Amino acid sequence: MKLLWLNLLSCNGNVHSFLNYPYIEKFLKDFSFIYHPTLKTSYSLQDIVSQNIDCDILLIDGTLEDGHTKADVDIKTIIEKYGTKAKKIITIGTCASFGGVFLNNEESKYGLHFRQTQPHYRYQELKHKTINLSGCPIHPETLVNTLYSIKKDYELKLDVYLRPKEFYATTIHNGCTRNEYFEYKIDNHKFGNLEGCMFYDHGCQGPYTNGSCNKILWNEINSKTRVGHPCMGCTEPTFPKNNLFETKKNMGIPQNLPLGVPKRAYLSLAGVAKAFKIERFEIKLMDN
Amino acid sequence: MKTKKELKKEFIIQGALALFAKNGFYTTTIPDIAKSLKMSVGNMYNYFKSKDILAKEILKHISHYLGEKLKNINEKDISTQEKTKQIVTVYFQTAELRPEMIDYFLRVFLSNREVFKEGCEGMICVNDFITEIMIYFEYGVKNGELRDQDFFSAFGLFMGYLGGMVFLKGENILPNELNSYIDDISNNIYKALKV
Repeated sequence: MKLLWLNLLSCNGNVHSFLNYPYIEKFLKDFSFIYHPTLKTSYSLQDIVSQNIDCDILLIDGTLEDGHTKADVDIKTIIEKYGTKAKKIITIGTCASFGGVFLNNEESKYGLHFRQTQPHYRYQELKHKTINLSGCPIHPETLVNTLYSIKKDYELKLDVYLRPKEFYATTIHNGCTRNEYFEYKIDNHKFGNLEGCMFYDHGCQGPYTNGSCNKILWNEINSKTRVGHPCMGCTEPTFPKNNLFETKKNMGIPQNLPLGVPKRAYLSLAGVAKAFKIERFEIKLMDN
Repeated sequence: MKTKKELKKEFIIQGALALFAKNGFYTTTIPDIAKSLKMSVGNMYNYFKSKDILAKEILKHISHYLGEKLKNINEKDISTQEKTKQIVTVYFQTAELRPEMIDYFLRVFLSNREVFKEGCEGMICVNDFITEIMIYFEYGVKNGELRDQDFFSAFGLFMGYLGGMVFLKGENILPNELNSYIDDISNNIYKALKV
């Protein structure tokens, strides 16, 4: 299948992430890029904007901005040309999906079909063929597996933000190795340590962020929460937020509760869980 | 719909609550409670296996009763200032109309913590009530009316104040009825908690 990787306002984090895919050689035998910002390709960017080259999947990486040009051609022209002929369009990363870090409160910037949580209609005619793969950066396996699903005509069910449920239906909390601490409402964490839960004090957004980081590990080894860093909610339309290392609380109650859990249910459970002092969770298990 | 057994349990809880609140936990016996309810002692044990278990169930009953009242207030679309006044009103009304409930909390639960040590760890047995108080505080902070602070700092100020007033009333020290203090106390609490 022929892919066009169109780089817009981006930091190249998604490119880096993709290049770390462990089986990239195999991938490049099954797919070919007509253009990619760092890989050697048969066509230059100048060729892409001036000619009409066959393309099966258009990959959009980075925040869209009105008036932005690539090789002196407006990105709207490029997106419409290749988006119309492509079988599918994939937004790579949160910037292309929702606006992301480059949004900066500027109305002229947006994701392909969303501006944070709000629909954006500029490319409405392409919406039916778009799959959003949010993440900062995109998880390489999410991208590659989505591409293989398209290649094999496997229909991916999408959520309200056009993300494949296969990768985004559950939360980052799913598979977190710190669950015991979460269950008993004990933070007891120090950055970098392997013990403790980071939800209560350290800003972890895992329980209300959709994604697969703790089920499909990064570099097949690790995840932020496993290594001792809070989830920053990078797959969500609201990314990035402020104070990422601090849990915003109102009179001791976390402002953002685990996804779908009503406040009364959470507080009732928390009240019961906190009533018990469990020594095993108060001491260092591995570092001592 | 409640079963016959559940209704009977509630009947026992009401009777035992009145006796515990009036005579204290240790001086009230299961035979005393059975006698006041015109039940046999043996039958009492069909519903509650021990006096300690009964004491804990009473505490949960009171917590649930007050929790439901607070839940109604929390679900109203009114300011935190107004909610503060309504919570104070509910608490004082309960102290007037159902004094045994507040007495039980102050004179049995808080004075005999050893009885509640197992089975009522932390706030488990008063969870319904505490949950609603937390929701009240959280809402107040979120809508910008109340100052963000440690939960127990705010909780102690609020409930300690109310408990103290009911205690003074129970000791016949207050010159006026509790209801006459609602406005002043609501204002004092709100001013102390607001941003």
